[in-house]
Amino acid sequence: MDPRKLRLGFLFAAGAIVLALLLPSGPRSPSLLPSPAIWQTTACAGLLFLCAAWMANARATAFGLAGITLAGGATLAMLRDPAIAGSAGTGFWMIVIAVWLAAALCVVNLAAMRPLRTDRQNILNILVPLLFGAVVFYLWEVGVRGFGVPPVLLPSPSAAAAKFASSLPTLCTDFVQTFVRGVLIGYAIGCGAGLLVAILAHRYAFLGRGLLPLGNFFSALPLVGIAPIMVMWFGFDWPSKAAVVALVTFFPMLVNALAGLSASGHIERDLMRSYAANHSQSLSKLYLPAAMPFIFNALKINATLALIGAIVAEFFGTPTQGIGFRISTEAGRMAIDMVWAEIALAALAGMGFYGLVALAERATTFWHPSYRT
Amino acid sequence: MRHPWVERYAPLATTVLVLIAIWYIAAIAMNLSLVRDAFEREETAYTLTDLISGTLSAERPLLPAPHQVAAAVYDSVFGYPPLAPRSLVYHSLVTLTATLLGFVLGALLGIVLALMIVHSRVLERSLMPWIICSQMVPILALAPIFIVVLGALGLHGLLPKSIISAYLCFFPIAIGMVKGFTSPEPLQVELMRTWSATPRQMLWKLRWPSAVPYLFASLKVAITISLIGAIVAELPTGAEAGIGARLLAGSYYGQTIQIWAALVASAVLASGLIGIVGLVERGVARRMGAH
Repeated sequence: MDPRKLRLGFLFAAGAIVLALLLPSGPRSPSLLPSPAIWQTTACAGLLFLCAAWMANARATAFGLAGITLAGGATLAMLRDPAIAGSAGTGFWMIVIAVWLAAALCVVNLAAMRPLRTDRQNILNILVPLLFGAVVFYLWEVGVRGFGVPPVLLPSPSAAAAKFASSLPTLCTDFVQTFVRGVLIGYAIGCGAGLLVAILAHRYAFLGRGLLPLGNFFSALPLVGIAPIMVMWFGFDWPSKAAVVALVTFFPMLVNALAGLSASGHIERDLMRSYAANHSQSLSKLYLPAAMPFIFNALKINATLALIGAIVAEFFGTPTQGIGFRISTEAGRMAIDMVWAEIALAALAGMGFYGLVALAERATTFWHPSYRT
Repeated sequence: MRHPWVERYAPLATTVLVLIAIWYIAAIAMNLSLVRDAFEREETAYTLTDLISGTLSAERPLLPAPHQVAAAVYDSVFGYPPLAPRSLVYHSLVTLTATLLGFVLGALLGIVLALMIVHSRVLERSLMPWIICSQMVPILALAPIFIVVLGALGLHGLLPKSIISAYLCFFPIAIGMVKGFTSPEPLQVELMRTWSATPRQMLWKLRWPSAVPYLFASLKVAITISLIGAIVAELPTGAEAGIGARLLAGSYYGQTIQIWAALVASAVLASGLIGIVGLVERGVARRMGAH
């Protein structure tokens, strides 16, 4: 990045801190900062921003990050004061603006760096989105608490996190009910059946030509709508959720696996024939390995579909546990922080599931060109 | 040598016929105990034919036979004026408007995000992982909150549903368009550079045209996702109209045939929407000089 722009940006951030020291930060505190600790921390952050502006190179990022941490900590500490929370003044928002500006500069600076060593590049690839996300969460927290947004509308992330920590047993039973019973079992059944039918359809071309258009058609349908019927057939408990998940995951797997099984080239097939390999040998040695990238593609698509299917199925009736059940009842009771805690749980479960599938993919299809660059 | 039509459609027709036959057999098997219990409760004598005809015309079957579903769809489409609250056309239209509005919003959001990501390395590295993370979150779980929050802000009806649809369907478009905008080969990009093309000229004369196939591929995915979003958004909100509301009401009152009719309507809607996108794609391809 252009060092002059970087210098100007950090100077603006330092200026905002100076303004923050002069302007009132709350309705009743006349000038700035009530307690000396906060005052000193903020001034320190301002000095660090000045240092960063003076350097204006890659090393400025470190000073900027230190300043961001100090100033961000100062604002969070100020929000403890009930006089400031909900009716923060200009001085307070000046610090927030300084933090935001400095963080944006740091993100830009980090993203522009091109270290030669790949391990450093990998660290950067994780650090940049993490910093971005941390800033988003910080702005959310400060905005909600500084403006005093009613918690019914939008709780602060810290409130949702506190709720998450304090209701771990409930979340745990919900997780087991929805994820371990509904999603995992349905996912295994749906993906397994899809793969089996794909292998059959690949073996018998007539079946394949009949099933492929149907599979394409069904995988484009809003299949989650089948949920009320499954609840009627299999009862309120987890089998109905597993059935919905199995149905939703079946068709993507069928279509993808069928495409993958016919992805092997002519030369390889001719080679298998010249070895006089029978069908099961060519299946295990050629067709299935060649189909692996496609199968993992379907597994990844299905990982998110499965969770959605199970949660939606719970809207139609459950025993009194489960993520979808809790979300709809707690939303009805206006306990929005509990809803956000459940969403965080679902998000963690979804990302963990997806991550596991992606790791398994990397371990089994390491030979694929997309991993060899 | 057989006729190419036979070659092409015979497997499909066979599979469909087999599926319908399986459906009938399953309907008989699943409704059998229901009908038998009803006969025994009334203590009337019955034969096997009575039993089977009873399973295929039960009022609230576990699994309605295909002809019952077809009759219910025909009845609720043509039996009422199109805007009566009992007409399936009315409910489909309610869902369709939410779907289309959400689709347009999501497509715009996706394309704008893709443009930003393609033109800024910072955004690519900081935003892209979060866009992907946002899809690992089961976003439909957010539906009740959106409805509560937007309801508290005074928004009801169409817009909250469309926002959920848009949130769901922006992702495939953003990903597809990033791929499409970066699909021109280095040779073409360098040619543009030798003509000292500005970034805007590069966008309009090279990136957009080469992104069109990717655009339509992702639009087809997005429009079905948008329909799913609209239907699911109608579930927790207790909406009084729409395909999702029909599903919910059907499940509350045990009206299985109504649920199946609503499912058929959603299937028709989904394939119709994909067909329209496909038609537009073909038209655009012809305008751009494809054969």
